[in-house]
Amino acid sequence: MPSRKSDRLGSVIPSSEITPKETFDKHRQSRRRFLTGAAAAGAGALAATRIPDLLRSSDEVHAATQLQVVPSKYTVPDAQTPINKATNYNNFYEFGTDKSDPAHHAHTLITRPWTVKIDGLVKKPQTLDIDAIMSYRPVESRVYRHRCVEAWSMVIPWDGYSLSELINFCEPLPSAKYVEFTTLLNRKQMPDLPGGFDWPYTEGLRMDEAMNPLALLTFGCYGQVLPNQNGAPIRVVLPWKYGFKSCKSIVKISFTAKQPHTLWNEMAPNEYGFYSNVNPKVDHPRWSQAHERRIDSSTFPRTIPTQMFNGYGDQVAGLYAGMDLKKFY
Amino acid sequence: MSKHLIIALKFVLHLLCLAPFAYLLHLYGNGTLALNPDPVNYITHFTGNWTLYILLATLAITPLRRLSPRIGFLVRFRRLIGLYAFFYATLHLATYIFLFSGYDIVTAFASVRTGHPGEIVTQWKFIWPSIADDLLKRRFIQVGLFAWLILFALAVTSPAFIMRAMGGKNWQRLHRLIYVAAIAGVIHFWWLVKTGVRTPWKDTVILAILLLARITYAVLKRRHKRVSASPPPVISRV
Repeated sequence: MPSRKSDRLGSVIPSSEITPKETFDKHRQSRRRFLTGAAAAGAGALAATRIPDLLRSSDEVHAATQLQVVPSKYTVPDAQTPINKATNYNNFYEFGTDKSDPAHHAHTLITRPWTVKIDGLVKKPQTLDIDAIMSYRPVESRVYRHRCVEAWSMVIPWDGYSLSELINFCEPLPSAKYVEFTTLLNRKQMPDLPGGFDWPYTEGLRMDEAMNPLALLTFGCYGQVLPNQNGAPIRVVLPWKYGFKSCKSIVKISFTAKQPHTLWNEMAPNEYGFYSNVNPKVDHPRWSQAHERRIDSSTFPRTIPTQMFNGYGDQVAGLYAGMDLKKFY
Repeated sequence: MSKHLIIALKFVLHLLCLAPFAYLLHLYGNGTLALNPDPVNYITHFTGNWTLYILLATLAITPLRRLSPRIGFLVRFRRLIGLYAFFYATLHLATYIFLFSGYDIVTAFASVRTGHPGEIVTQWKFIWPSIADDLLKRRFIQVGLFAWLILFALAVTSPAFIMRAMGGKNWQRLHRLIYVAAIAGVIHFWWLVKTGVRTPWKDTVILAILLLARITYAVLKRRHKRVSASPPPVISRV
């Protein structure tokens, strides 16, 4: 496929320099810059001509935080979780270990300026600016089921594009078999950082898992930019795996030959495996994974049976053909 | 300490011990609980926490009153407070059984209202396999139930006439199990949190201090007894 203007994500530069926004902006119409913490919602010339206006007039979506998104084929029949529940019940231990802590404390996270370092086994290591990444491809709205290892679940409309698009841009070498993600670690922005964990938070995927179209490089939810407590400004969402695999607030993406080190797996290897695919037949040592409490608009969560691969078996079962998923939990 | 004052204080203590429960009902009534993404989780933790707090308060009474004979009357509130620990422990167990394990409480209530109470049993039969599974496989549930069973045994033997029937010595031995219940409760807490989470440490420290106070007192008492039991020196008169 011939190289298009859209295949360039800013100019190619050594990893010691940050991709200057001016170089990128030269080719695009000027974008409006919103208040601190909000992503630039405008898209460049390319995007503006292709993406229909999806701004909702609902007062839930504030002008400063809305994203331009296109609909996608990815949806589930399950009832969606209301936004206030999805944004007030979070595991983001860097901001405290209670479920309500991230919503109360993550305001100290600074999401602009933000860069993502691309390194490891790639053709050219580089550092990308978040706004460049966000406008690289149209942002789709995808409604995914989200299953926590703690046996509760939600249904959330995420906004992003397939991780595979960014991986192709990074041009990993053939020797790269895994992708590793690293979350921000900044003690000034994370004053409640708990001790006893081997920070920074890292997670990883096998290359074929990362290239699966379902893996979502995510910038928003509910048509708005990600609230800080949900992993702003950039995270991944892997709906067929337990939620802790979906790394938040990513600052580095590395391509490696060996299976990467992941925080929870190192912390408690008998409880958190590298794969951690949603599997009702493999229990957590301390609780059953056969059921989950689905958090939706009802007062009390309903207990429902957990589905293999969180119901995404059609798209991902093939990745694990022949693997003993009890051994590789 | 006059009898009337004791009754008045007991009344106040009843109000204080019921306050957390009243607060929970208030949160349910004014819709705040419904706004919480996972009210079942919240209620489970709320009732669990209060069980532990009140249990620790019960254990604090004896070390406290030993500090001065003038506050010896505190022991008269120990049973009241201890029974509230059992009350919250039972709420906690009920939350686990009826809200956590998938028991469809809404349908069960509806069935009672329409005159077909059989649904209550049907729902129980539906969740029993998962509860049995939990009991057989999950250590934190086993130790939690063990703690509750102790509190239950202490609750049913708490009335004065039972104590008289059992005999003071036997009753004392049985009620020493409160230490085991408290330790089991704290272990239950450690075994259920995610690895690395340290929330139970505060309760652990307080429990350790209270148990240490008991041990110290017992050791000192024994030493004092030994000293006073030794025969006085003989002074022979010439």
